[in-house]
This record gives sequence, C-alpha cells and structure tokens, in this order.
Amino acid sequence: MADYSIPADLMEALKNKFPGLEIQENRDVIVPAADLIPFMSEIKDNQDYAMDFLTNLTGADYKDRFEMVYNLVSMTHGYTLMVKVRIEDKEKPEIPSLCPIWGGANWQEREIYDLMGIVFTGYTGHPTRIFLDDNFQGHPLRKDFQWQGGREA
Amino acid sequence: MKTQTYSLNLGPQHPSTHGVFRIILELDGETVVKATPVPGYLHRGIEKLAEARTYTQVIPYTDRMDYLAGMLMNWGYVQAVEKLMGIEVPERAEYIRVIVGELSRIASHMIATGAYGGDIGALTAFTYTFRDREYCIDLLEMVSGSRMTFSYFRVGGVADDLPGEFYPAARKFLADLPGMCDEYDGLITGNEIFQARTKHVGVITPEMGINYSLSGPTLRGSGVNYDLRKVRPYSVYDRLNFEVPLGKNGDCFDRFRIRIEEMRQCGKIIQQALDQIPEGSIQAKVPKVIKPPVGDAYAEVESSKGVYGCYLVSDGSPKPYRVHFRRPSFINLGYLAKLCEGWKIADVIAILGSIDIVLGEVDC
Repeated sequence: MADYSIPADLMEALKNKFPGLEIQENRDVIVPAADLIPFMSEIKDNQDYAMDFLTNLTGADYKDRFEMVYNLVSMTHGYTLMVKVRIEDKEKPEIPSLCPIWGGANWQEREIYDLMGIVFTGYTGHPTRIFLDDNFQGHPLRKDFQWQGGREA
Repeated sequence: MKTQTYSLNLGPQHPSTHGVFRIILELDGETVVKATPVPGYLHRGIEKLAEARTYTQVIPYTDRMDYLAGMLMNWGYVQAVEKLMGIEVPERAEYIRVIVGELSRIASHMIATGAYGGDIGALTAFTYTFRDREYCIDLLEMVSGSRMTFSYFRVGGVADDLPGEFYPAARKFLADLPGMCDEYDGLITGNEIFQARTKHVGVITPEMGINYSLSGPTLRGSGVNYDLRKVRPYSVYDRLNFEVPLGKNGDCFDRFRIRIEEMRQCGKIIQQALDQIPEGSIQAKVPKVIKPPVGDAYAEVESSKGVYGCYLVSDGSPKPYRVHFRRPSFINLGYLAKLCEGWKIADVIAILGSIDIVLGEVDC
C-alpha cells in the first residue's frame, strides 16, 4: 500500500516547533489540548504541509480519558495525517473548537457533542445538539450511558 | 415600507427533502434570510448499536446508511476492519468489489438524477431513471440475493462468487448504459427550463468546498479534482482506466451534470473489470471469530455521495470498542445553511436536491 504520510524531515520540523508533540510509530500524532489551535493553524497555513482538508473528526470514550481524533488531508501534496488529542478530565471534557479554522468542523463537532458530550469552546453559540432532542438527557455514545432494550453490550 | 421576516417550516415530511429532514427558513418575502437545517429524524444510533455486535454483525447496519448504494457502504466498513487486521484481500474479490461497487454507484446516481428532475418539476425524468435502475438492481440481486440491503461484503472478501448468468447480463447492461445516459441528457440536461432553474444557482467556490470538507460530486462540481479512486487508489482502481468528470462553475447544474458523466465512467470501469477479472479465491483466510489486535484504524472509500470513512477502535475483543462512520451526506449537508442564504424558496429545493443526500446516511 502506498504511503501518504508526511515526510520525516517535515515531521521533525513540527516536533521542534511544538515540543509537546508526540509522534507515534504509525506516524499518528498526539497533540496537547493547549497546542491544538496553534498546531492546526500551522499545518493548515504553512504551505510545506497545506493540510487544508479536515476529512474526519470524531471522538472515543476510554476508561481514563476521552480522545479526539482528527483526520486531515493535504489537497496540494496528498499527505494524510491523523491527529489525536487526549482529554483527561472525564467529568467535564472540554476542547477548543476548530470552527474558526474549518467550516467542516461545525457539524462534526455538534455530532460529537450530541452523542459523546464533549464541549467545544471558543465559538459562540456552539455546539448544540444535532440529532437528539434538546431535552434529551445524557450522551449515548459514552460507555456509562444506561439504555433499555436491545442487546447487552 | 418596512417588512417583517417570517419563518417557514420545510419538512420534515416533504417530498423534496428526500426523506425526513427539516429546514427552518427565515424568509423576507420569498427570499431566504437564514436557513436552519434540522436533521436527526432517522437517527438510529448505529454507532452505538455496533458496539454490542460482532465485527461481522455490523455489516448489515452499514447497508442501512446509504441504502441507495449499499455495496459502497459495506466496502468502507470492511476495508477499515481489514486495515486494522492487516488482511490482504484476494484479487478476484477485489475485482468483484469494484464491479458491484460501481453498479451500486450507477444505481445511486440514477436515483439522484431522476429525483433531481422531479425536484425541478420534470417528474417524467423519475420514471426513466427508475426504469433503468431496475436493470442495475436486478444485477445486484443476482449477485447477493437482495435488491438494496445487500450485506454482500465480508471481512477479507465477498460472500459469494459471481453467478454464471451475471456476466452476459452485465455486458448487456453495459452496452445499454451509454444510451440511457444519452436519454437523460436529452430529456433533462438539455432542457431549457431545467437549465434556467439550475445554472448559476447555489454556487460553491472551490475554497469554500474544501473548507467545509465537502466531497464527491458536490465538491467536484466546483472543479476540485478529488476522487479517492484517483488520488489515493484503493483496491484495484490503479489498474483501471477512467476519468474523473469535473464541473466548472460549482452551480447546481454542474453538480447534476457530472453525475451522469460519472455513470458513463462507471460503465467503463465495470467493462475493464469484467475483462481483467482473474480466477481464484474470493475470500482471504480469516479466523472464524474476528478479533482485530488492540488499536485503531481509519479507512476511506469513494462512495456515490463522497468520501465515506470508517474509524474503528479495537480492544482485542470480538466486538468493536468504537465505530465511527464519516458519512459524506452528513458533512455535505453542513454547508446547506450558508448555501441557501439569499436565494428564493424554489432555489432551496434546487440546491438541496443538487447535494444529493440520503437521510439514512445523514442521521446514521
């Protein structure tokens, strides 16, 4: 299978700019929540990377943390990159919204807020529920969500 | 004279919304000041349900997202599982996947084309595309036994080999396909009223299309050459010769037109796949109980609506820990509110139809 990840020297340059960056073996990167906005702006605006297409945005609920997952694509260079952010606070998970950078983040963040209860900050009036009723209690994709009927998980 | 704006509820039960979908329109006379889309009426929680199923049991749920192109929905999911497990799919299975996937794409585009004619007021178009789609569906029924919810893909291959009667039937369909497309072009694309309703309406610039993560014909209508089958070829697409139709103006007309062009290209792809298909196994060696190693994977395919992705997390058990589907209809719809501003009510119908959404996929 062809390799579409960002070349090693460019990754090195990113690591120098953001010391908190953690590059995994499969070349996914883990970014500290505080660095998320500067990091995303850098790889989008710096033409060496030009990661201008936010293809996927989602989250996962683990025992000790929430994890946000962002999949980016560069239309110019063809690179792909998976960016992950760990949210340690399980009680009140919060992360900066990417809406000011990508319009495409808006609905995807609303989906994650609706189903997983992660709050995206820094964008007025955002997020609101998108699928479920405004009066719905809880966030069904969380592992501790109690539900009736269906099969046992 | 001072006028007041008022709001109008479009949907959730309205033929032009292609399912159960609601748009709250704030109108000044007939002009849209603000549009607020309200999805969720078909939300079934497939991602949650998947967590209580085995990996194989998730496949039928994917059929029920974009039920107009079920094969492509199967494909995106099994590809993610295969990526996670590092499974190599036999060549014959890959070719079968391409054949049925492209047939599914044709079926989906035929609905998009006919339904769009209906949206604009040319309901006759509907009867023509539905007549031809029936041939396409017959072929897929021959292969899988179902007309729409196929569940034909398996992790590591496909459920069954192509039956002998499929080949002549498929070749017959492929021979007829260009004529069908010509008929649509003559009937709808060339129609003066249709053009007046769709040209220069709802223009998406390439920059905005990329910024809003649009994909599929919705993005390519704006001239952005982004088709996963070309830019990051998966399966055996790198061995097949085809073109990616692109629009120029990014208006409703271009988005509509390139779907018909894509159908012609799909025909070319299937033709080549039928010529090249090798003998061999249709299923890789896969353990009876599918237990991917701990980890995660994200894989994408080009569905009829755009980029369809699947993010999977495995905890080593026989059931997925987390499944997320990146549904192109849902993300393409995210731009609708901005796109409708300043247009008349009738144009909202034209714009919504040109994005080609399926609510089963939007709401998931």
